[in-house]
Amino acid sequence: MQRFYLSSIVKKLIMSISGLFLIIFLLVHLGANLTTLISQEAYNEVCHFMDTNVLIRIMVPVLALGFIIHIFMACMLTLQNMKARGSDRYAITGKSNISWAGKNMFVLGIIVLGFLALHLMHFWSKMQLQSFMGVEAVTDPYTLVADLFRNPLYSGIYIVWIWALWFHLTHGFWSALQSLGLNNNTWIPRLEVIGKIYAWIVCLAFTIIPLFFLLGLDK
Amino acid sequence: MEKRGLNLTLKIWRQENAKTKGAFVTYPIQNISPDCSFLEMLDQLNEQLVDKIERPICFDHDCREGICGMCSLYINGRPHGNDTGITTCQLHMRRFKDGETIWIEPWRSKAFPIIKDLVVDRSAFDKVIQAGGYTSVNTGGAPDGNAIPIKKENADLAMDAAACIGCGACVAACKNGAAMLFVSAKVSQFALLPQGRVEAKERVSNMVREMDQLGFGNCTNTKACEAECPKEIKISNIARMNREYLISALQK
Ligand code: HEM
Ligand code: SF4
Ligand code: FES
Repeated sequence: MQRFYLSSIVKKLIMSISGLFLIIFLLVHLGANLTTLISQEAYNEVCHFMDTNVLIRIMVPVLALGFIIHIFMACMLTLQNMKARGSDRYAITGKSNISWAGKNMFVLGIIVLGFLALHLMHFWSKMQLQSFMGVEAVTDPYTLVADLFRNPLYSGIYIVWIWALWFHLTHGFWSALQSLGLNNNTWIPRLEVIGKIYAWIVCLAFTIIPLFFLLGLDK
Repeated sequence: MEKRGLNLTLKIWRQENAKTKGAFVTYPIQNISPDCSFLEMLDQLNEQLVDKIERPICFDHDCREGICGMCSLYINGRPHGNDTGITTCQLHMRRFKDGETIWIEPWRSKAFPIIKDLVVDRSAFDKVIQAGGYTSVNTGGAPDGNAIPIKKENADLAMDAAACIGCGACVAACKNGAAMLFVSAKVSQFALLPQGRVEAKERVSNMVREMDQLGFGNCTNTKACEAECPKEIKISNIARMNREYLISALQK
């Protein structure tokens, strides 16, 4: 018998743990972003903290690894699943009553990934990365953010992407716990509701921030 | 009042064997009684084909009362047709409208190759069962059924899981070609009972290994299986199997 082999259930476990880790990260990120609604000083203060704090400095590479693992496993699982499904297609499909998000996790994930790339390019590379490299970071990150969000195109893309994340999360949350085996007939519907509440809170809050600047409420 | 027969157009997948390419062939059929079952309708079509000296359509069936799991067929986009909690042999023609076109396809999944027309090879399921879907007991006098106390709740859950007839609709419906609902039902029906607990750890790891090796996909919890299972097996069984598997791996 082979001793080491990555079974389907272990692959799902990795998917699940990395996904849950990202779910927690989103809350931290959201908390930091929401300070833009308080004041320029508050947000700049938080950014400064994020740039210099030791724990954050340790967690950033861990976070990057979390994303890489999640995305790598997602690609591997999706490829294997396409192979397992085979190339023969049904003439008629989509008749059974199942959630759209659940069927489209990979596509939704790719949309989130696109957002992530743009986001890293526009914000992170100018803010935290600079100070990690020992270069002077932008002195006023608040203005950087505010200027970008006043651009309707950028805000629009940002909001669309947030709602792709909403779909990803509504399925992802309960699915992650199901993969861990923490589920039964009573808890599946409950976890679906908790996942929806989480997704609504996170995505509404993330949407308010660009809208705040777009509508000029900061002035 | 006399019931009017249904006139239908059937689009049926025909394929010589696993190596050749298949295609849909159109068969009109007249005057089908709404009281007959879907398989009886196909029997009538086959009789007409035989009369015309054409090769009849191959499809699987056996008990014709929803207990053997042989009948398959992906009908109008759903395994076992547009009804819940039934097999194809339990599907009645009264579920169809006069003049309707019905698309009839085989299960399509890599681990279930087509043998002929609508018949697929589901022996991959047998291999999963051989890998651990049993209990080892000494033969001899049958012990008293009530000698081992079993919690009512567990007895019920085990019974629900044991209702799985191994039809393969879960795999056929799954976009990932995953067999998790079937395997988890078979793992659960034993794991929940004291007699099955004895070999529970080896069972789950062996059955999952076999399932993976046979080329079934990885579950992404779409719930398509649960929606299409004729025995309404719940995905909570999949969660139970995941937990049994992970615990057994940790304890190795
Ligand atoms: C902040 C970002 C993200 C969060 C919070 C997140 C969260 C999650 C969670 C919790 C799951 C459920 C895991 C499970 O079913 O066990 C999941 C599944 C999935 N994610 Fe993500 N994810 C994120 C980004 C991405 C990205 C960038 C991709 C890129 C391809 C992706 C692709 C997938 C796929 C394909 C699945 C389904 C995998 C499966 O069930 O086998 N996700 N995600
Ligand atoms: S779990 Fe349901 S759909 Fe799958 S093989 Fe068993 S009875 Fe058929
Ligand atoms: S023929 Fe036995 S279940 Fe349909």
